[in-house]
Amino acid sequence: MSKFQFPESIKSRPVYGTLEPRPGKAHLMIADAEGAEAILDLAAQDASLMAHAHIIYIPKGTDFGDKLRALNPAQYYEGPSYDASVQRLRHVLANAHQGLQVYLTGTEGLMGQAQNEAMQAGIPHTSIQTEHRGSVARRMQCVHCKGITEDVMTDPFVCSHCGLNLFVRDHYSRRLAAYQGVCIDAEDPGNVPEPKELYT
Amino acid sequence: MSAAPQKAKPGAEQLAVRVSAVVPLNDLVTRFEFQRTDGQPFPTFSGGAHTVVTMQDDGRTRLNPYSLMSDPADTSTYAISVRRDDQGRGGSLFMHTRVKQGDEMTITYPVNLFSLDLRARKHLFFAGGIGITPFMSMIHQLEQSNGNWELHYSVRTEALGTYVDELKYKFPTKVHVYYDDQSQSIPLETLLDGQPLGTNAYVCGPKGMIDWVHATASAAGWPDAQVHSEEFLAPAPGKPFEVRLCKSDKTIQVGENESLLEAIERAGVEAPFLCRGGACGQCETDVVSYDGEFIHRDHWLEPEQQAGEKIMPCVSRFVGKSLELDR
Ligand code: FES
Repeated sequence: MSKFQFPESIKSRPVYGTLEPRPGKAHLMIADAEGAEAILDLAAQDASLMAHAHIIYIPKGTDFGDKLRALNPAQYYEGPSYDASVQRLRHVLANAHQGLQVYLTGTEGLMGQAQNEAMQAGIPHTSIQTEHRGSVARRMQCVHCKGITEDVMTDPFVCSHCGLNLFVRDHYSRRLAAYQGVCIDAEDPGNVPEPKELYT
Repeated sequence: MSAAPQKAKPGAEQLAVRVSAVVPLNDLVTRFEFQRTDGQPFPTFSGGAHTVVTMQDDGRTRLNPYSLMSDPADTSTYAISVRRDDQGRGGSLFMHTRVKQGDEMTITYPVNLFSLDLRARKHLFFAGGIGITPFMSMIHQLEQSNGNWELHYSVRTEALGTYVDELKYKFPTKVHVYYDDQSQSIPLETLLDGQPLGTNAYVCGPKGMIDWVHATASAAGWPDAQVHSEEFLAPAPGKPFEVRLCKSDKTIQVGENESLLEAIERAGVEAPFLCRGGACGQCETDVVSYDGEFIHRDHWLEPEQQAGEKIMPCVSRFVGKSLELDR
């Protein structure tokens, strides 16, 4: 089961939907790990999208690649990581035209970063579709050293850059595609609660 | 659109002006230029803004919105271009037949309900007939910042092509004109195809043209937020009706050729407005009770609000036994 219902939170927290086929001249689909399942569901609703689809997929150790390839998208690319794929994404967006539909699915970190690229290329965020699948890990920014820690699964956690103990907030930055992590023991150094897995 | 209006004042601030020039452009369209009577500079505005002109027509006050079509950076002169509508309610006829150079009038500060999205990579303009006016000021504005724009302008005949010569002379590669009488039409689907990501489209013209651009763009996958339109509705005439204004404790008659808003104003009751064309939301009025049918013509209220909750008196009417408004 790759779907998870996030608890309701503050307005800053992104809300994800369910991908649906929309009319467009071209369809750019970006997914990581279990996000592949959302693309398979989308193709099941309207297989004709694939003739004009470009799929950028980051498996993160899963093996959906063959199933995605079997959808016969116009273009298919598999990258070892988001960072390794971002050059290709930028190139695609730089050459894209009005009428491009963007579908993002998988982890929050992937969707946030890819949405940021699409917005910078001129697509309003209100028309970019997203669907969360797979890991609920968060991409966190340390508000103190500004370093980003990927795939955070516990609260609190240790900043991978400066080593501070950070509390996981729902306060989100669309520009950074990251949640904010704030020092939890500033007043009383060393008084750090036992880390708990997110959403448990 | 739904948020309640921010301020409830009758119209924007007024400016006292003198008509500095009256320039007939063709059989139907005349340009009116204004200068301030106090000699101060006009406020600058943004392309696409309009002003509401007050006309004193033999004891009857007419207030009509017109797009400002002069250069937004020119603080010495404002200009509007008015198309004569012989079937209309008389505002444009008043401008054409009664307004002379040297006359004193009042107009409102500019209000913009149709502004450029300056984040756009490119601006694609679609104008039909007198719908050219807001684009004239937008083009001035974009030319100052070397903006990327293109105009597709459809007119009935060469003789009625308002500003066609000027536009084609100044911007030969950016302006494309289509003549109805030569069976030319805007190749909309082709034009929407292949535009760079982040292009915004703007349309001003008859209702059919506006609907066509919205529908064609959304079928081609354009984001709604990147297709902008402006249509001022003129209040339509209709059967006279009676309205009870409960806050002011008055019962008024709305004549065949006046709008509900005009009838409220004629009774000396202050009512808020900005556009007088069903677009801005400022005149939104609560319905207290009614027995009859509404004729809603605005672009503002949600369908559920139109079901007896609210009315936009600048363009909408009522037929039936009784109507009571919270005004
Ligand atoms: S005055 Fe603008 S909608 Fe009525």
